[in-house]
Amino acid sequence: METTYRSNIMICAGTGCVANGSLKVKNALATELIRRNLHKEVKLVLTGCNGFCAKGPVMVVYPEDVFYQLVKPEDVPFLVEEHFIKGRLVQKFLYTPPAEKNTIPVMNDIPFFKHQVLRALRNRSLIDAEKIEEYIARDGYLAAAKALTEMTPEQIVNEMKGSGLRGRGGAGFLTGLKWELCARVPGDIKYILCNGDEGDPGAFMDRSIMEADPHSVLEGMIIAAKAIDAHYGYIYVRAEYPLAVHRLQLAIDQAMDRGLLGKDILGSGFNLDIEIYQGAGAFVCGEETALMASIEGKRGMPRSKPPFPVVKGLWMRPSVLNNVETFANVPPIILNGAEWFSSLGTEKSKGTKVFALSGALNNIGLVEVPMGIPLKTVIFDIGGGIKNNRKFKAVQMGGPSGGCIPLSLIDTPVDYENINKTGAIMGSGGMVVMDETTCMPTMAKFFLEFTEDESCGKCVPCRIGNKTLLSILTRITNGEGREGDIELLLELSQQIKDTSLCGLGQTSPNPVLTTIKYFRDEYEAHIKERRCPARVCTPLVKFVVDQEKCKKCGLCFKACPAGAITWEKKQPAYIDPEKCTKCKSCIKACRFWAID
Amino acid sequence: MAKLTIADLKKIKEDFHQGIREGAFRVKVTVHMGTCGIAAGARSIMNTIMEELSTSNLKDVAITTSGCAGLCSKEPMATIETTGEPPVKYISLTEDKMRKIFAEHVAGGKAVPEYALVVGHETTY
Repeated sequence: METTYRSNIMICAGTGCVANGSLKVKNALATELIRRNLHKEVKLVLTGCNGFCAKGPVMVVYPEDVFYQLVKPEDVPFLVEEHFIKGRLVQKFLYTPPAEKNTIPVMNDIPFFKHQVLRALRNRSLIDAEKIEEYIARDGYLAAAKALTEMTPEQIVNEMKGSGLRGRGGAGFLTGLKWELCARVPGDIKYILCNGDEGDPGAFMDRSIMEADPHSVLEGMIIAAKAIDAHYGYIYVRAEYPLAVHRLQLAIDQAMDRGLLGKDILGSGFNLDIEIYQGAGAFVCGEETALMASIEGKRGMPRSKPPFPVVKGLWMRPSVLNNVETFANVPPIILNGAEWFSSLGTEKSKGTKVFALSGALNNIGLVEVPMGIPLKTVIFDIGGGIKNNRKFKAVQMGGPSGGCIPLSLIDTPVDYENINKTGAIMGSGGMVVMDETTCMPTMAKFFLEFTEDESCGKCVPCRIGNKTLLSILTRITNGEGREGDIELLLELSQQIKDTSLCGLGQTSPNPVLTTIKYFRDEYEAHIKERRCPARVCTPLVKFVVDQEKCKKCGLCFKACPAGAITWEKKQPAYIDPEKCTKCKSCIKACRFWAID
Repeated sequence: MAKLTIADLKKIKEDFHQGIREGAFRVKVTVHMGTCGIAAGARSIMNTIMEELSTSNLKDVAITTSGCAGLCSKEPMATIETTGEPPVKYISLTEDKMRKIFAEHVAGGKAVPEYALVVGHETTY
């Protein structure tokens, strides 16, 4: 029997909040509660990522459902006295939406949380990720029990196919169909594999699930293992995710201890062992065949398909590889049925999708939204719009494999088909939002630097092609672009897409293609006018003050670290080219775009 | 550790069910803990409620605190709100009175008129 508490403080212990000092806040709270003799009635719980990472360290207090943000250890005595002794909300730590004055105390009234539908993240802020009992108390392992004792493999496959769940790693293949294909292949040894090799810049969906709710991944794997008759599984996680590895290992140990993994699970006679395999952080190892090669101890390189992994996968045995978020979606489908799952979403994209919001937004964090929600709602309502009153320019979806979506397409519904139409991809769920200070050729160059670096080098189009793309982009951003470079980029991109061996090369030109498609004028300005409209590419900026646009405010003068700017009240500023070091401090400081 | 069965899963779910994180309570008990309430002994009232709650094993009761209710001479006070019923304010509480209120009102659903000051909300503008 658990002790009864009148209040639970759920402190976020996801990587973001821990980096912001949430563990120090937790210790301060523990000390203060003991000092105030409240430790027997107020319980402290460390949870996984709450999602609102921008406001960390964050905590939710139940039963009031109050959301406190940006709490520092030195604030704790005041917080405890006010909230837990005097029963008053502490205004100072409540959330205030951008451009509003009044605070919002209740978590689910805050726009960031209000528009979300939590399925894969169903236990967010509700359980202690390190205690299996808390997971079980939220219907944990009941789906596995149902699958193991009441369902045949065919029934599981049919339920999954009926739900319409598609792979959340990005490609969007029907999960139930993948399981069916593998189940049909004869073989005494099969493998169930989980892909936690999340590597897109700006993506942290899978990490958050592994940290916040590791048992949901294990339970999904148990159900999948039963469907394909596998008795051994691996979770492939990059070693750069130490907290995820720690919590997953703890979860595996707890499940083993209680007979929820290992021999004769829940007395059903079904056996499954799961092991964590730590990857060294190569991006290409997120590709399925490269991931399997890596587990086999070989160099992480993809091979050509077919044979597909469902026929010949890990150690040439039939294998099913699903993404972390896909597995986290499985248990509620088995418990509540296919219809429940497919009741949300669009015709071909069912359920919800988790996104990691980052970039120029007010509300950076992790969100889960129903498929088909307009992109605008995600960016402006949940994301709270663009920081510093700047304008939205584009959102990069799908990381280096994806593309950018401009303002004109902001009403696009978020589902696999509609996002693909824009030239971007759903991807694993990274959304990097950019404002008008982002230079699009430079953005494409950034992602090409990434893919060029991460290309395994096995096939020529990817190894040499991406390098060439990068060198063309480099010369454009250096102000040395040539007539015909845009056409060259387009032609080469198409060839790389058509001829590369694996998904990395087949998608790496997408950032180039979409930036040209939607922001061709910026490329032309770089090449023909030797001008960078966003004033990012230093060689293309003249560092001259536009006398007409200058409002004579002197902000650039104050910002210049080189003493190169002369300015007096009511006089426009002047930049001395002799002294100017081209550091761009003045451009960042100027609010009127008066420096070219 | 012993291997779990499906019955064990349900037992654990029962034992560890964190009702207070799920919302939707049947009863909310508010102990008024302004300076006056604390001075008059609200702490021992709170302790009594917590003891009673532990032994009763009720999962649908929320316990919370709030400031001075404005009637400092009648402290310690507590307000009990049951879903669908107007709130009841109890005054001049002692541990014994609180136990009786807990058993009859919180657990049993019937208010204890002899300890109650008033039923209903104050008018707010």
